[in-house]
Amino acid sequence: MAEGRTNISVPAPPETVERRWQLKYELKQLPWIPLIIILIMVFAAVLAPIVAPHSPTKQSLRDKLRPPAWQEGGQAQYILGSDILGRDILSRLIYGARVSLIVAFTALLAGGAIGGVLGLVSGYAGGKVDTLIMRAVDATLAFPTILFALLLAVTMGQGLVTVVLAVTLILWARFARVTRGEVLSLKDNDYIALARVHGCSGVRIMFVHIMPNVFNTFMVMLTLHVGLVILTEASLSFLGAGIPPPTPSWGQMVADGRAKVATAWWISIIPGVAITMVVIAFNLFGDWMRDRLDPKLRQL
Amino acid sequence: MQKYIFNRLLQGIVLLFIVALIVFALARATGNPADLMVPEDATEEERQFIERNLGLDRPYHVQLFVFLTGAIRGDFGDSIVYRKPAAELFFERLPNTLKLLPLSMFIAVGVAIPLGVVAAVKRGTWIDQLAGGIAVFGVATPNFWIAIVGIYIFSVWLDVLPPGRMGGPSHYILPALTLGTFSIAGMMRLIRSSMLEVLDTEYVKLARIKGVQEWKVFWKHCLRNALIPVLTLFGVFVGGFVTGAIVTETVFAWPGIGRLTIDAVAQRDFPLLQAVILLDAVIILAVNLAVDILYAYVNPRIRYN
Repeated sequence: MAEGRTNISVPAPPETVERRWQLKYELKQLPWIPLIIILIMVFAAVLAPIVAPHSPTKQSLRDKLRPPAWQEGGQAQYILGSDILGRDILSRLIYGARVSLIVAFTALLAGGAIGGVLGLVSGYAGGKVDTLIMRAVDATLAFPTILFALLLAVTMGQGLVTVVLAVTLILWARFARVTRGEVLSLKDNDYIALARVHGCSGVRIMFVHIMPNVFNTFMVMLTLHVGLVILTEASLSFLGAGIPPPTPSWGQMVADGRAKVATAWWISIIPGVAITMVVIAFNLFGDWMRDRLDPKLRQL
Repeated sequence: MQKYIFNRLLQGIVLLFIVALIVFALARATGNPADLMVPEDATEEERQFIERNLGLDRPYHVQLFVFLTGAIRGDFGDSIVYRKPAAELFFERLPNTLKLLPLSMFIAVGVAIPLGVVAAVKRGTWIDQLAGGIAVFGVATPNFWIAIVGIYIFSVWLDVLPPGRMGGPSHYILPALTLGTFSIAGMMRLIRSSMLEVLDTEYVKLARIKGVQEWKVFWKHCLRNALIPVLTLFGVFVGGFVTGAIVTETVFAWPGIGRLTIDAVAQRDFPLLQAVILLDAVIILAVNLAVDILYAYVNPRIRYN
């Protein structure tokens, strides 16, 4: 084999040129607009105390209901306007990004881990275990999660933990289902049989031999679900079952301005635009990841 | 067929039982449910009344038994705020939610099916891209926000539609639109992809070779088959409808079950919330069951699995 390769004369392109061209190509392929939106959001969230022009919770009744700067009566001080209590919308958006990202990060980690492991076990073990886990997945997916989330909010009280738990409850089932499917297609491979012949334990095969091969799918699933998590968190906060005030969250900001749409549209509309933009950005980025890493997930 | 129906029914009952168990456990996992049920300004007397009323002084397995037998009889306890049987409240409000159903379904189907079919048939053209764009936005835009934008445009700016509450026919348009948007994007994507699959089959090619008119091929031969996955996923759309009702009725102050759910949450009326969740589950499962049975009836391949 090695000999055969040396015998074929391949016209060797100048390597540096080739590589530079490739890099340029790769950079061109990146979904730039979504990426920039995501980066802005992440930076805003991480550096919130530095970039936010005002405190997100400081009320100033003298400055209440200021329209955005470009509108008549707007002030440069409040670029995106202020709400009923005179809080700066931009600062609240920036701090709200924090909440969204914290919820997305923790819930995806928890839901992904639980669903991933259960999917691995379900797919690899098969039989009764598989049936049991998949029935639970079906049950979870059939039931509107928002009801569970509302139930949790009432029994456990509102807060970050409740929201994360509620979102985890949706996510695990989706991750379990996809991981299981992936494991099923992998486990008949020869290298798995070989590992078994070698005397590897089931746990070792699952985590050492199968898991790395599911990793791409898993990463794609993670990115594809960020948007969903942000939307769910926003819906819960909007319904008054999410992050309780005064911590600013985007869904709650939309709810705050609901009664004032007629006179102060910006309170509700601007946070909604932010949610939509960010969710689209994450979804497009997820699509791009999927096409790069795992095109067969396209049907999802 | 009878065996299939029996099996599905059994599965449905087990699922309901699990949901009931979760609700029961959640209420007790965080302490005495009586704490959840009494309003903050309740007197000690009221608290004891609730505790006795619900039998919370008895052991857990007895409580579970009482809870389950009560639920089977349709007795979910009394709402704290309304001081009425919770189930009664639910069925009082249910018709209001159902009134939104036909129009919102009509809007969802009326947009999703034509757009999905045309996007598949004219794949890669501007129509397909438009449909793709609508899908991207539809999935990413929070529905509660769409509702508010709708109010801003039609009630504030154009001043042609009422911003909420029940009333004459014009009161139905905005809520039904909002509720419809919950399923448009998903339904359209589904129809587009299943249409693409069907367009590639032999019988469609044959129909075209035979010289059947193009529109007839698309809208009769293909669409019929492309609708099958949509029917299969109908259960998902029903679940989405319940979620949609909660959001829509909150924004438009619509006195249906969604609004009842949020009121129960806001007033921490636990028996009511519990009843609403269980009855929602019953409805969702019943519709799913009905769809599955119908589906198995139409498509014999399903039955023998």
